[in-house]
Amino acid sequence: MTTRKFCDKISRSTPGPGDGGNTGSWRVLRPVIDLAACIPAKKNKKACFHCWLYCPDSVVSKTIPPVINYDYCKGCGICAEECPAGAITMVDESTHPVEEK
Amino acid sequence: MHIIESGNVAAATGVRLSRAQVIAAYPITPQTPLTEKLSEFVESGQLDAEYIPVESEHSAMAVCIAASTAGTRAFTATSANGLLYMVEQLHWAVGARLPIVMCVANRGIGAPWTVWNDQQDTISQRDVGWIQIYANDHQQIIDSVIKAFRLAQTVSIPVMVCYDGYLLSHTYMPFDQPEQSQVDSFLPAFAPEHFLDPENPGNFNTVTLPDVRPDGVGVIAPGYIEIRHNLQEDLRAALDTFVEIDKDFEKEFGRGGNPLIEEYRCDGADFVAVCIGSLSYQLRDVIDIMRDKDVKIGVMGVQMYRPFPDKAIVAALKSKKCVIVFEKALSYGNQGALYADIKAALYSSDKKPLVHNYILGLGGREIRTQQLLDALTESCTSPDTFEDTPRWLGLKL
Repeated sequence: MTTRKFCDKISRSTPGPGDGGNTGSWRVLRPVIDLAACIPAKKNKKACFHCWLYCPDSVVSKTIPPVINYDYCKGCGICAEECPAGAITMVDESTHPVEEK
Repeated sequence: MHIIESGNVAAATGVRLSRAQVIAAYPITPQTPLTEKLSEFVESGQLDAEYIPVESEHSAMAVCIAASTAGTRAFTATSANGLLYMVEQLHWAVGARLPIVMCVANRGIGAPWTVWNDQQDTISQRDVGWIQIYANDHQQIIDSVIKAFRLAQTVSIPVMVCYDGYLLSHTYMPFDQPEQSQVDSFLPAFAPEHFLDPENPGNFNTVTLPDVRPDGVGVIAPGYIEIRHNLQEDLRAALDTFVEIDKDFEKEFGRGGNPLIEEYRCDGADFVAVCIGSLSYQLRDVIDIMRDKDVKIGVMGVQMYRPFPDKAIVAALKSKKCVIVFEKALSYGNQGALYADIKAALYSSDKKPLVHNYILGLGGREIRTQQLLDALTESCTSPDTFEDTPRWLGLKL
């Protein structure tokens, strides 16, 4: 009878940041939050969080202010599209200095 | 309890006794009475299962994949073009290592349209990675379904139970219907270690990269090639597992033998006819006629086609003079698939019998005993005169 471990039979993983590798390197456009316009930052209240809610990769934190994890943000731009305050701008990645560890 | 019923009802009864929990199927001739019977069982409360009517075979397999991932015993059934419509999901089910059981009432593939029997549908799926068991009569259908659930959940590989459309699916035969208590003691409940569980979330069948890589929590996850290698190894090991399971089955139900190949009058035979499915029982009549005329001939039915029981087949055939392979399917552009497999298996043995190939019965063309007798008589009287290419029986060109 087979005794192979389940984790060697199928591709399976525990959900968590970076499960698909360091996907931040895929990014062409970087979402940048203008804290002067961001609703939770401006009001200092736990409110809105559309960016956190809509991010398909769960890389935006539900904090004041929201913080984007650029290690895994692919730059899809959904947060910028959904932000009701228009506080998120997609900026060409080439205009940012490369952050190497 | 002995009952007289159709092959489709034998299959449905096996599914009921195995306590399938989710059934999703789309009716297609000649499988239809099987799904009808199962929906009856569910409707009348004889089977405590969720019956999900779907709009296609692709969806049927998708539902089974979801149900099996959630840790339930899932079943579907189909034939011919329905099987082909779910092919993409067949690959997924086996790559996800889900113990789904599916019956296939074998039917020819269109175009041109045919609803009648041959085995091109399942034979063309031999490389998918599913286990394929072929039943030769109604007893083997019901028994194979019960064994298939046990085998599938033991090795985490889905199993197809195939039987000839009409010839078995729609004919009536007496068979023993096991007691529920016997089946319960033979077939433990499906309780997978890992399943889709909101309390313990996991990503299943996530994208792999060409190399191994650490996942989000630092565990080294196997790459695609490792997972595929492990499937192949587990499939090969499933041959022995099936033999062990069959022994348990024999203890419980009193029926058994070799579950991989079924030999008839092969002791001391110089010639062996080989085929898949109910044809092997028709061939027994021909073998009896020829044995009466002192031709040393037997017949061997291949019951498990994938994984291919090459060692058992070589052991059975290596000392024979000539092996005659009858097939209701082709690897188009080459030869009969079973013929090619048997030659490949025999290649490494010291003594290599001659191997002949006959293609017959496609699209339900009637196979007459006299035709089989004539073909086997020619193979036995002039075995050296055959070329390495299939001959077609009963053609009217």
